[in-house]
Amino acid sequence: MNAKTTKISLIVLGTLFIIIMLVIPLFTVLVYALKQGWEVFSKAITDEYTIKALNLTLLTTFLAVVINTFFGLFSSWAITKFRFRGKQFLTTLIDIPFAISPVIAGLVFILVFGRIGWANDILQTLHLKIVFAVPGIILATIFVTFPFVSRELIPLMHAQGSDEEEAAALMGATGFNIYRKITLPHIKWGLLYGIILCTARALGEFGAVSVVSGHLRGKTNTLPLHIEILFNEFHLTAAFAVSSILVVLAILILILRNIVEYKGKKAENENVR
Amino acid sequence: MTRFSLKRKKNKVIPGFGLSMGITISMLSLIVMIPLLSILLALSGTSFNQIIASVTDSQVVATYKVSLICSLIAAIVNCVFGVILAWILTRYQFPCRRILDGFIELPFALPTAVAGIALTTIYSDTGWIGGLFNKIGVEISYTTVGITIALIFIGIPFVVRSIQPVLEKLDSQYEEAAMMLGASRSKIFFKVVFPEILPALLTGFGLAFARGIGEYGSVVFIAGNIPYKTQITPLIIMSKLEQFDYGGATAIALVMIIFSFVILFSINILQSKVNKAAKG
Repeated sequence: MNAKTTKISLIVLGTLFIIIMLVIPLFTVLVYALKQGWEVFSKAITDEYTIKALNLTLLTTFLAVVINTFFGLFSSWAITKFRFRGKQFLTTLIDIPFAISPVIAGLVFILVFGRIGWANDILQTLHLKIVFAVPGIILATIFVTFPFVSRELIPLMHAQGSDEEEAAALMGATGFNIYRKITLPHIKWGLLYGIILCTARALGEFGAVSVVSGHLRGKTNTLPLHIEILFNEFHLTAAFAVSSILVVLAILILILRNIVEYKGKKAENENVR
Repeated sequence: MTRFSLKRKKNKVIPGFGLSMGITISMLSLIVMIPLLSILLALSGTSFNQIIASVTDSQVVATYKVSLICSLIAAIVNCVFGVILAWILTRYQFPCRRILDGFIELPFALPTAVAGIALTTIYSDTGWIGGLFNKIGVEISYTTVGITIALIFIGIPFVVRSIQPVLEKLDSQYEEAAMMLGASRSKIFFKVVFPEILPALLTGFGLAFARGIGEYGSVVFIAGNIPYKTQITPLIIMSKLEQFDYGGATAIALVMIIFSFVILFSINILQSKVNKAAKG
Protein backbone atom coordinates (compact mmCIF):
# COMPACT_ATOMS: atom_id res chain seq x y z
CA MET A 1 0.00 0.00 0.00
CA ASN A 2 1.48 3.35 -0.93
CA ALA A 3 1.13 6.61 0.95
CA LYS A 4 -1.79 7.85 -1.11
CA THR A 5 -3.99 4.77 -0.65
CA THR A 6 -3.30 4.81 3.10
CA LYS A 7 -4.25 8.46 3.25
CA ILE A 8 -7.45 8.01 1.27
CA SER A 9 -8.56 4.89 3.10
CA LEU A 10 -7.98 6.51 6.50
CA ILE A 11 -9.90 9.62 5.47
CA VAL A 12 -12.77 7.50 4.16
CA LEU A 13 -12.82 5.39 7.33
CA GLY A 14 -12.79 8.44 9.61
CA THR A 15 -15.42 10.27 7.61
CA LEU A 16 -17.70 7.21 7.52
CA PHE A 17 -17.40 6.90 11.29
CA ILE A 18 -18.40 10.55 11.77
CA ILE A 19 -21.29 10.25 9.32
CA ILE A 20 -22.70 7.05 10.80
CA MET A 21 -22.13 7.88 14.47
CA LEU A 22 -22.70 11.64 14.56
CA VAL A 23 -24.27 13.08 11.41
CA ILE A 24 -27.05 10.52 10.91
CA PRO A 25 -28.40 10.88 14.49
CA LEU A 26 -28.50 14.65 14.01
CA PHE A 27 -30.41 14.40 10.73
CA THR A 28 -32.75 11.74 12.12
CA VAL A 29 -33.99 14.27 14.63
CA LEU A 30 -34.77 16.85 11.95
CA VAL A 31 -36.28 14.35 9.49
CA TYR A 32 -38.57 12.75 12.07
CA ALA A 33 -39.52 16.16 13.47
CA LEU A 34 -40.86 17.27 10.09
CA LYS A 35 -42.20 13.85 9.03
CA GLN A 36 -45.84 14.75 9.57
CA GLY A 37 -45.53 18.19 8.12
CA TRP A 38 -44.97 21.69 9.33
CA GLU A 39 -48.28 22.00 11.16
CA VAL A 40 -47.72 19.07 13.49
CA PHE A 41 -44.19 20.33 14.06
CA SER A 42 -45.17 23.87 14.97
CA LYS A 43 -48.00 22.60 17.14
CA ALA A 44 -45.57 20.43 19.09
CA ILE A 45 -43.06 23.19 19.70
CA THR A 46 -45.67 25.80 20.64
CA ASP A 47 -47.47 23.42 22.99
CA GLU A 48 -48.06 24.92 26.44
CA TYR A 49 -45.99 22.27 28.22
CA THR A 50 -43.12 22.60 25.72
CA ILE A 51 -42.94 26.35 26.32
CA LYS A 52 -43.00 25.85 30.08
CA ALA A 53 -40.29 23.20 29.85
CA LEU A 54 -38.20 25.46 27.62
CA ASN A 55 -38.52 28.31 30.11
CA LEU A 56 -37.44 26.09 32.98
CA THR A 57 -34.48 24.78 30.97
CA LEU A 58 -33.38 28.32 30.09
CA LEU A 59 -33.74 29.53 33.68
CA THR A 60 -31.77 26.55 35.00
CA THR A 61 -29.04 26.96 32.41
CA PHE A 62 -28.75 30.68 33.08
CA LEU A 63 -28.39 30.21 36.84
CA ALA A 64 -25.97 27.29 36.50
CA VAL A 65 -23.76 29.26 34.12
CA VAL A 66 -23.76 32.40 36.28
CA ILE A 67 -22.97 30.53 39.49
CA ASN A 68 -20.31 28.30 37.96
CA THR A 69 -18.67 31.26 36.21
CA PHE A 70 -18.55 33.10 39.54
CA PHE A 71 -16.96 30.02 41.11
CA GLY A 72 -14.59 29.55 38.19
CA LEU A 73 -13.29 33.13 38.35
CA PHE A 74 -12.56 33.00 42.09
CA SER A 75 -11.28 29.42 42.30
CA SER A 76 -8.86 29.86 39.38
CA TRP A 77 -7.53 33.04 41.01
CA ALA A 78 -7.02 31.27 44.35
CA ILE A 79 -5.39 28.23 42.76
CA THR A 80 -3.08 29.86 40.23
CA LYS A 81 -1.95 33.10 41.88
CA PHE A 82 -0.98 31.83 45.32
CA ARG A 83 1.08 29.03 46.83
CA PHE A 84 -0.46 26.89 49.50
CA ARG A 85 -0.51 23.32 50.71
CA GLY A 86 -2.98 20.88 49.22
CA LYS A 87 -3.39 22.76 45.95
CA GLN A 88 -3.38 19.56 43.91
CA PHE A 89 -5.92 18.03 46.27
CA LEU A 90 -8.22 21.03 45.93
CA THR A 91 -8.03 20.85 42.13
CA THR A 92 -8.93 17.17 42.25
CA LEU A 93 -11.93 17.87 44.49
CA ILE A 94 -13.22 20.48 42.03
CA ASP A 95 -13.09 17.87 39.25
CA ILE A 96 -15.11 15.28 41.18
CA PRO A 97 -18.47 16.02 39.47
CA PHE A 98 -16.90 14.91 36.16
CA ALA A 99 -16.11 11.47 37.55
CA ILE A 100 -19.55 10.86 38.99
CA SER A 101 -22.60 9.48 37.23
CA PRO A 102 -25.32 12.12 36.77
CA VAL A 103 -27.76 9.75 38.45
CA ILE A 104 -25.61 9.84 41.59
CA ALA A 105 -25.44 13.64 41.34
CA GLY A 106 -29.22 13.66 41.60
CA LEU A 107 -29.26 11.03 44.32
CA VAL A 108 -27.04 13.01 46.69
CA PHE A 109 -29.54 15.89 46.75
CA ILE A 110 -32.32 13.46 47.64
CA LEU A 111 -30.12 12.24 50.49
CA VAL A 112 -29.74 15.82 51.74
CA PHE A 113 -33.12 17.41 51.08
CA GLY A 114 -35.45 14.46 50.45
CA ARG A 115 -37.95 12.84 52.78
CA ILE A 116 -35.15 10.81 54.38
CA GLY A 117 -32.56 13.61 54.12
CA TRP A 118 -30.83 15.13 57.12
CA ALA A 119 -31.87 18.65 56.13
CA ASN A 120 -35.53 17.68 55.75
CA ASP A 121 -36.59 18.88 59.22
CA ILE A 122 -35.13 22.35 58.62
CA LEU A 123 -36.89 22.58 55.26
CA GLN A 124 -40.17 21.52 56.84
CA THR A 125 -40.05 24.26 59.45
CA LEU A 126 -39.13 26.82 56.80
CA HIS A 127 -41.83 25.47 54.45
CA LEU A 128 -39.30 25.05 51.67
CA LYS A 129 -39.34 22.40 49.00
CA ILE A 130 -36.13 21.60 47.16
CA VAL A 131 -36.31 18.03 45.92
CA PHE A 132 -39.09 17.35 43.36
CA ALA A 133 -39.22 21.11 42.81
CA VAL A 134 -37.39 23.74 40.77
CA PRO A 135 -34.57 24.46 43.31
CA GLY A 136 -33.54 20.78 43.22
CA ILE A 137 -33.32 20.85 39.42
CA ILE A 138 -31.15 23.96 39.56
CA LEU A 139 -28.91 22.51 42.28
CA ALA A 140 -28.41 19.22 40.43
CA THR A 141 -27.53 21.09 37.23
CA ILE A 142 -25.02 23.29 39.07
CA PHE A 143 -23.44 20.18 40.58
CA VAL A 144 -23.02 18.44 37.23
CA THR A 145 -21.54 21.50 35.49
CA PHE A 146 -19.56 22.71 38.51
CA PRO A 147 -15.96 22.30 37.18
CA PHE A 148 -16.51 23.49 33.59
CA VAL A 149 -15.37 27.12 33.84
CA SER A 150 -12.64 26.68 36.44
CA ARG A 151 -11.16 23.76 34.47
CA GLU A 152 -10.71 25.95 31.42
CA LEU A 153 -9.22 28.84 33.39
CA ILE A 154 -6.77 27.03 35.69
CA PRO A 155 -4.32 25.70 33.02
CA LEU A 156 -4.52 29.00 31.13
CA MET A 157 -3.72 31.17 34.15
CA HIS A 158 -1.08 28.71 35.25
CA ALA A 159 0.74 29.09 31.95
CA GLN A 160 0.43 32.85 32.19
CA GLY A 161 2.19 33.04 35.54
CA SER A 162 1.66 35.86 37.99
CA ASP A 163 4.55 38.25 37.30
CA GLU A 164 2.41 40.94 35.69
CA GLU A 165 -0.13 40.86 38.52
CA GLU A 166 2.66 41.07 41.09
CA ALA A 167 4.19 44.08 39.38
CA ALA A 168 0.82 45.81 39.23
CA ALA A 169 0.15 45.06 42.89
CA LEU A 170 3.55 46.43 43.91
CA MET A 171 2.77 49.63 42.05
CA GLY A 172 -0.38 49.96 44.07
CA ALA A 173 -3.16 48.75 41.78
CA THR A 174 -6.29 47.44 43.51
CA GLY A 175 -7.31 43.81 43.16
CA PHE A 176 -10.28 44.62 40.96
CA ASN A 177 -8.19 46.77 38.62
CA ILE A 178 -5.50 44.11 38.35
CA TYR A 179 -8.14 41.58 37.40
CA ARG A 180 -9.89 43.80 34.90
CA LYS A 181 -6.82 45.23 33.20
CA ILE A 182 -4.30 42.37 33.35
CA THR A 183 -5.84 38.99 34.04
CA LEU A 184 -9.12 39.23 32.16
CA PRO A 185 -7.66 40.18 28.76
CA HIS A 186 -5.44 37.09 28.92
CA ILE A 187 -8.16 34.67 29.82
CA LYS A 188 -11.22 36.07 28.04
CA TRP A 189 -11.34 33.43 25.27
CA GLY A 190 -10.76 30.59 27.69
CA LEU A 191 -13.47 32.00 29.93
CA LEU A 192 -15.91 32.19 27.02
CA TYR A 193 -14.99 28.66 26.00
CA GLY A 194 -15.74 27.37 29.49
CA ILE A 195 -19.04 29.25 29.56
CA ILE A 196 -20.04 27.70 26.22
CA LEU A 197 -19.25 24.15 27.39
CA CYS A 198 -21.09 24.80 30.65
CA THR A 199 -24.14 26.11 28.76
CA ALA A 200 -24.21 23.05 26.49
CA ARG A 201 -24.09 20.62 29.36
CA ALA A 202 -26.61 22.53 31.47
CA LEU A 203 -29.10 22.74 28.59
CA GLY A 204 -29.05 19.02 28.04
CA GLU A 205 -28.58 17.62 31.54
CA PHE A 206 -30.86 14.65 31.92
CA GLY A 207 -29.82 12.00 34.45
CA ALA A 208 -29.28 14.24 37.47
CA VAL A 209 -32.36 16.34 36.77
CA SER A 210 -34.45 13.26 36.15
CA VAL A 211 -33.76 11.99 39.69
CA VAL A 212 -34.72 15.20 41.50
CA SER A 213 -37.49 16.45 39.24
CA GLY A 214 -40.50 14.35 40.14
CA HIS A 215 -41.72 14.84 36.53
CA LEU A 216 -44.58 17.23 37.19
CA ARG A 217 -45.72 18.42 33.80
CA GLY A 218 -45.59 22.17 33.40
CA LYS A 219 -43.86 22.55 36.77
CA THR A 220 -40.68 20.53 37.14
CA ASN A 221 -40.20 19.30 33.60
CA THR A 222 -37.17 20.50 31.73
CA LEU A 223 -36.96 20.17 27.96
CA PRO A 224 -34.98 16.88 27.98
CA LEU A 225 -37.43 15.39 30.52
CA HIS A 226 -40.36 16.55 28.38
CA ILE A 227 -38.77 14.76 25.41
CA GLU A 228 -38.48 11.57 27.47
CA ILE A 229 -42.17 11.65 28.38
CA LEU A 230 -43.26 12.31 24.78
CA PHE A 231 -41.03 9.49 23.50
CA ASN A 232 -42.22 7.00 26.09
CA GLU A 233 -45.84 7.86 25.29
CA PHE A 234 -45.09 7.07 21.62
CA HIS A 235 -45.56 10.68 20.47
CA LEU A 236 -42.54 10.18 18.23
CA THR A 237 -43.02 13.22 16.01
CA ALA A 238 -43.63 15.52 18.95
CA ALA A 239 -40.59 14.12 20.79
CA PHE A 240 -38.37 14.79 17.78
CA ALA A 241 -39.96 18.20 17.15
CA VAL A 242 -39.13 19.29 20.70
CA SER A 243 -35.68 17.72 20.29
CA SER A 244 -35.07 19.85 17.24
CA ILE A 245 -35.16 22.96 19.45
CA LEU A 246 -32.24 21.50 21.38
CA VAL A 247 -30.52 20.40 18.16
CA VAL A 248 -30.61 23.96 16.82
CA LEU A 249 -29.17 25.20 20.11
CA ALA A 250 -26.49 22.49 19.98
CA ILE A 251 -25.46 23.50 16.45
CA LEU A 252 -25.31 27.16 17.50
CA ILE A 253 -23.12 26.15 20.44
CA LEU A 254 -20.81 24.15 18.17
CA ILE A 255 -20.41 27.09 15.79
CA LEU A 256 -19.76 29.50 18.66
CA ARG A 257 -17.28 27.06 20.16
CA ASN A 258 -15.33 26.88 16.91
CA ILE A 259 -15.25 30.66 16.56
CA VAL A 260 -14.05 31.11 20.14
CA GLU A 261 -11.42 28.40 19.77
CA TYR A 262 -10.14 30.02 16.56
CA LYS A 263 -10.01 33.48 18.14
CA GLY A 264 -8.32 32.10 21.24
CA LYS A 265 -5.60 30.40 19.19
CA LYS A 266 -5.09 33.58 17.18
CA ALA A 267 -4.73 35.66 20.36
CA GLU A 268 -2.27 33.11 21.74
CA ASN A 269 -0.12 33.30 18.59
CA GLU A 270 -0.11 37.09 18.73
CA ASN A 271 1.08 36.96 22.32
CA VAL A 272 3.97 34.72 21.35
CA ARG A 273 5.04 37.12 18.63
CA MET B 1 13.78 30.02 57.05
CA THR B 2 14.50 32.69 54.48
CA ARG B 3 12.81 30.60 51.87
CA PHE B 4 9.75 30.29 54.03
CA SER B 5 9.50 34.01 54.61
CA LEU B 6 9.97 34.68 50.91
CA LYS B 7 7.01 32.44 50.17
CA ARG B 8 4.93 34.29 52.69
CA LYS B 9 5.83 37.57 51.10
CA LYS B 10 4.96 36.34 47.64
CA ASN B 11 1.56 35.35 48.88
CA LYS B 12 0.95 38.82 50.21
CA VAL B 13 1.83 40.81 47.09
CA ILE B 14 -1.21 39.83 45.06
CA PRO B 15 -4.45 40.73 46.81
CA GLY B 16 -7.54 38.60 47.23
CA PHE B 17 -6.22 35.34 48.66
CA GLY B 18 -8.64 35.26 51.58
CA LEU B 19 -11.66 36.27 49.52
CA SER B 20 -11.06 33.93 46.59
CA MET B 21 -10.07 31.00 48.79
CA GLY B 22 -13.08 31.58 51.04
CA ILE B 23 -15.47 31.58 48.09
CA THR B 24 -13.80 28.52 46.56
CA ILE B 25 -13.90 26.42 49.71
CA SER B 26 -17.41 27.38 50.73
CA MET B 27 -18.96 26.83 47.30
CA LEU B 28 -17.11 23.55 46.87
CA SER B 29 -18.30 22.36 50.26
CA LEU B 30 -21.90 23.47 49.87
CA ILE B 31 -22.47 22.27 46.33
CA VAL B 32 -20.20 19.24 46.00
CA MET B 33 -18.61 17.93 49.18
CA ILE B 34 -21.44 18.05 51.72
CA PRO B 35 -24.00 16.47 49.36
CA LEU B 36 -21.48 13.78 48.38
CA LEU B 37 -20.58 12.97 51.98
CA SER B 38 -24.30 12.50 52.61
CA ILE B 39 -23.87 9.16 50.84
CA LEU B 40 -21.73 7.94 53.74
CA LEU B 41 -24.07 9.55 56.27
CA ALA B 42 -27.08 7.83 54.69
CA LEU B 43 -25.30 4.48 54.74
CA SER B 44 -24.23 4.81 58.38
CA GLY B 45 -27.77 3.84 59.41
CA THR B 46 -27.67 0.58 57.47
CA SER B 47 -25.76 -2.45 58.71
CA PHE B 48 -22.69 -3.63 56.83
CA ASN B 49 -24.33 -6.95 55.96
CA GLN B 50 -27.33 -5.17 54.51
CA ILE B 51 -25.09 -3.02 52.31
CA ILE B 52 -23.17 -6.09 51.10
CA ALA B 53 -26.45 -7.89 50.43
CA SER B 54 -27.83 -5.08 48.28
CA VAL B 55 -24.65 -4.55 46.24
CA THR B 56 -24.09 -8.28 45.61
CA ASP B 57 -27.69 -9.05 44.65
CA SER B 58 -27.53 -11.13 41.45
CA GLN B 59 -29.57 -8.62 39.42
CA VAL B 60 -27.27 -5.80 40.57
CA VAL B 61 -24.13 -7.79 39.78
CA ALA B 62 -25.52 -8.41 36.28
CA THR B 63 -25.77 -4.62 35.79
CA TYR B 64 -22.10 -4.15 36.74
CA LYS B 65 -21.17 -6.67 34.06
CA VAL B 66 -23.29 -4.98 31.39
CA SER B 67 -22.01 -1.52 32.34
CA LEU B 68 -18.34 -2.51 32.56
CA ILE B 69 -18.22 -4.68 29.43
CA CYS B 70 -20.16 -2.27 27.21
CA SER B 71 -18.12 0.75 28.40
CA LEU B 72 -14.87 -1.16 27.93
CA ILE B 73 -15.71 -2.24 24.36
CA ALA B 74 -16.96 1.26 23.52
CA ALA B 75 -13.78 2.82 24.92
CA ILE B 76 -11.57 0.45 22.91
CA VAL B 77 -13.51 1.14 19.68
CA ASN B 78 -13.18 4.84 20.43
CA CYS B 79 -9.42 4.50 20.87
CA VAL B 80 -9.08 2.94 17.40
CA PHE B 81 -11.27 5.50 15.65
CA GLY B 82 -10.02 8.29 17.89
CA VAL B 83 -6.45 7.74 16.71
CA ILE B 84 -7.57 7.55 13.06
CA LEU B 85 -9.65 10.72 13.38
CA ALA B 86 -6.99 12.68 15.26
CA TRP B 87 -4.45 11.54 12.68
CA ILE B 88 -6.41 12.57 9.59
CA LEU B 89 -7.48 15.85 11.20
CA THR B 90 -3.92 16.89 12.04
CA ARG B 91 -1.84 15.31 9.25
CA TYR B 92 -3.95 15.47 6.11
CA GLN B 93 -5.52 18.29 4.13
CA PHE B 94 -8.81 17.41 2.50
CA PRO B 95 -12.13 19.09 1.74
CA CYS B 96 -14.56 19.35 4.67
CA ARG B 97 -11.73 18.81 7.18
CA ARG B 98 -12.82 21.77 9.28
CA ILE B 99 -16.46 20.65 9.26
CA LEU B 100 -15.41 17.15 10.30
CA ASP B 101 -13.31 18.69 13.06
CA GLY B 102 -16.28 20.74 14.27
CA PHE B 103 -18.53 17.68 14.36
CA ILE B 104 -16.29 15.82 16.83
CA GLU B 105 -17.69 17.87 19.72
CA LEU B 106 -21.33 17.17 18.81
CA PRO B 107 -21.77 14.58 21.60
CA PHE B 108 -20.78 17.30 24.12
CA ALA B 109 -23.24 19.79 22.67
CA LEU B 110 -26.19 17.53 21.88
CA PRO B 111 -28.34 16.75 24.94
CA THR B 112 -27.98 13.08 25.85
CA ALA B 113 -31.74 12.47 25.81
CA VAL B 114 -31.93 13.72 22.21
CA ALA B 115 -29.01 11.50 21.23
CA GLY B 116 -30.70 8.62 23.03
CA ILE B 117 -34.03 8.81 21.22
CA ALA B 118 -32.31 9.42 17.87
CA LEU B 119 -30.01 6.39 18.25
CA THR B 120 -32.89 4.20 19.46
CA THR B 121 -34.95 5.14 16.41
CA ILE B 122 -32.10 4.63 13.92
CA TYR B 123 -31.11 1.24 15.31
CA SER B 124 -34.63 -0.11 16.02
CA ASP B 125 -35.69 -2.91 13.64
CA THR B 126 -37.64 -0.41 11.52
CA GLY B 127 -34.96 2.30 11.59
CA TRP B 128 -32.52 3.34 8.86
CA ILE B 129 -29.57 1.26 10.07
CA GLY B 130 -31.37 -1.17 12.39
CA GLY B 131 -33.58 -2.20 9.43
CA LEU B 132 -30.52 -3.27 7.44
CA PHE B 133 -29.19 -5.35 10.31
CA ASN B 134 -32.63 -6.76 10.99
CA LYS B 135 -32.58 -8.39 7.53
CA ILE B 136 -29.52 -10.43 8.50
CA GLY B 137 -31.06 -11.26 11.85
CA VAL B 138 -29.11 -8.86 14.08
CA GLU B 139 -31.00 -6.73 16.55
CA ILE B 140 -29.32 -3.61 17.89
CA SER B 141 -31.82 -1.51 19.85
CA TYR B 142 -32.70 -3.06 23.22
CA THR B 143 -29.54 -5.22 23.24
CA THR B 144 -26.03 -4.76 24.64
CA VAL B 145 -24.89 -3.88 21.10
CA GLY B 146 -27.20 -0.86 21.22
CA ILE B 147 -25.82 0.19 24.62
CA THR B 148 -22.28 -0.05 23.25
CA ILE B 149 -23.17 2.10 20.23
CA ALA B 150 -24.63 4.79 22.50
CA LEU B 151 -21.46 4.72 24.60
CA ILE B 152 -19.26 4.99 21.49
CA PHE B 153 -21.27 8.08 20.53
CA ILE B 154 -20.79 9.67 23.94
CA GLY B 155 -17.08 8.80 24.28
CA ILE B 156 -15.52 9.70 20.93
CA PRO B 157 -14.72 13.38 21.65
CA PHE B 158 -12.77 12.47 24.80
CA VAL B 159 -10.29 10.34 22.84
CA VAL B 160 -9.93 12.59 19.79
CA ARG B 161 -9.51 15.76 21.84
CA SER B 162 -6.91 14.11 24.09
CA ILE B 163 -4.68 12.97 21.22
CA GLN B 164 -5.11 15.87 18.80
CA PRO B 165 -2.97 18.48 20.62
CA VAL B 166 -0.14 15.95 21.09
CA LEU B 167 -0.12 15.07 17.39
CA GLU B 168 -0.17 18.77 16.48
CA LYS B 169 2.89 19.49 18.63
CA LEU B 170 4.76 16.32 17.67
CA ASP B 171 7.99 17.24 15.89
CA SER B 172 8.04 15.49 12.52
CA GLN B 173 11.85 15.33 12.39
CA TYR B 174 11.92 11.91 14.07
CA GLU B 175 9.45 10.56 11.57
CA GLU B 176 11.56 12.01 8.76
CA ALA B 177 14.74 10.55 10.23
CA ALA B 178 13.10 7.12 10.51
CA MET B 179 11.89 7.44 6.92
CA MET B 180 15.44 8.30 5.73
CA LEU B 181 16.76 5.26 7.55
CA GLY B 182 14.34 3.17 5.55
CA ALA B 183 11.66 2.28 8.10
CA SER B 184 8.28 1.33 6.70
CA ARG B 185 5.37 3.69 7.35
CA SER B 186 3.58 1.27 9.65
CA LYS B 187 6.82 0.78 11.56
CA ILE B 188 7.28 4.54 11.84
CA PHE B 189 3.77 4.88 13.21
CA PHE B 190 4.05 2.13 15.81
CA LYS B 191 7.66 2.78 16.86
CA VAL B 192 7.89 6.57 16.61
CA VAL B 193 4.45 8.17 16.74
CA PHE B 194 2.47 5.74 18.86
CA PRO B 195 4.72 5.88 21.98
CA GLU B 196 4.39 9.69 21.88
CA ILE B 197 0.59 9.68 21.84
CA LEU B 198 0.18 6.73 24.23
CA PRO B 199 -0.13 8.80 27.46
CA ALA B 200 -2.77 11.03 25.83
CA LEU B 201 -4.55 7.98 24.44
CA LEU B 202 -4.67 6.50 27.95
CA THR B 203 -6.17 9.72 29.29
CA GLY B 204 -8.81 9.67 26.57
CA PHE B 205 -9.50 6.00 27.18
CA GLY B 206 -9.92 6.57 30.92
CA LEU B 207 -12.24 9.54 30.45
CA ALA B 208 -14.38 7.70 27.88
CA PHE B 209 -14.51 4.55 30.01
CA ALA B 210 -15.44 6.40 33.20
CA ARG B 211 -18.05 8.48 31.37
CA GLY B 212 -19.49 5.31 29.82
CA ILE B 213 -20.00 3.64 33.18
CA GLY B 214 -21.89 6.63 34.54
CA GLU B 215 -23.77 7.55 31.37
CA TYR B 216 -27.53 7.57 31.66
CA GLY B 217 -29.41 9.76 29.18
CA SER B 218 -28.16 8.38 25.88
CA VAL B 219 -28.30 4.75 27.06
CA VAL B 220 -31.62 4.59 28.88
CA PHE B 221 -33.75 4.59 25.72
CA ILE B 222 -31.69 2.17 23.63
CA ALA B 223 -31.04 -0.24 26.52
CA GLY B 224 -34.63 -1.36 26.99
CA ASN B 225 -33.89 -2.03 30.67
CA ILE B 226 -34.35 -5.82 30.62
CA PRO B 227 -33.15 -7.20 34.00
CA TYR B 228 -30.06 -9.46 33.77
CA LYS B 229 -29.65 -8.56 30.09
CA THR B 230 -29.62 -4.87 29.21
CA GLN B 231 -29.93 -3.16 32.58
CA ILE B 232 -27.03 -0.79 33.30
CA THR B 233 -25.98 0.23 36.80
CA PRO B 234 -27.24 3.86 36.67
CA LEU B 235 -30.61 2.49 35.58
CA ILE B 236 -30.92 0.11 38.51
CA ILE B 237 -30.11 3.00 40.86
CA MET B 238 -32.95 4.89 39.20
CA SER B 239 -35.41 2.01 39.59
CA LYS B 240 -34.44 1.51 43.24
CA LEU B 241 -35.15 5.21 43.79
CA GLU B 242 -38.53 4.89 42.12
CA GLN B 243 -39.34 2.04 44.53
CA PHE B 244 -38.17 4.29 47.43
CA ASP B 245 -35.36 1.82 48.23
CA TYR B 246 -32.99 4.66 49.17
CA GLY B 247 -30.61 2.39 51.11
CA GLY B 248 -30.10 0.05 48.15
CA ALA B 249 -29.71 2.91 45.67
CA THR B 250 -27.13 4.63 47.87
CA ALA B 251 -25.11 1.44 48.41
CA ILE B 252 -24.93 0.79 44.65
CA ALA B 253 -24.02 4.45 44.08
CA LEU B 254 -21.07 4.02 46.44
CA VAL B 255 -19.89 0.98 44.45
CA MET B 256 -20.12 3.02 41.23
CA ILE B 257 -18.11 5.88 42.73
CA ILE B 258 -15.45 3.38 43.82
CA PHE B 259 -15.42 1.92 40.27
CA SER B 260 -14.80 5.26 38.62
CA PHE B 261 -12.11 6.29 41.09
CA VAL B 262 -10.31 2.96 40.66
CA ILE B 263 -10.39 3.43 36.87
CA LEU B 264 -9.11 7.00 36.94
CA PHE B 265 -6.49 6.09 39.55
CA SER B 266 -5.15 3.09 37.61
CA ILE B 267 -5.03 5.14 34.42
CA ASN B 268 -2.90 7.68 36.31
CA ILE B 269 -0.52 4.96 37.51
CA LEU B 270 -0.31 3.41 34.04
CA GLN B 271 0.40 6.85 32.63
CA SER B 272 3.27 7.57 34.99
CA LYS B 273 4.76 4.16 34.11
CA VAL B 274 4.50 4.91 30.40
CA ASN B 275 6.09 8.32 30.95
CA LYS B 276 8.94 6.76 32.93
CA ALA B 277 9.49 4.12 30.24
CA ALA B 278 9.56 6.85 27.60
CA LYS B 279 12.19 8.76 29.52
CA GLY B 280 14.24 5.55 29.85
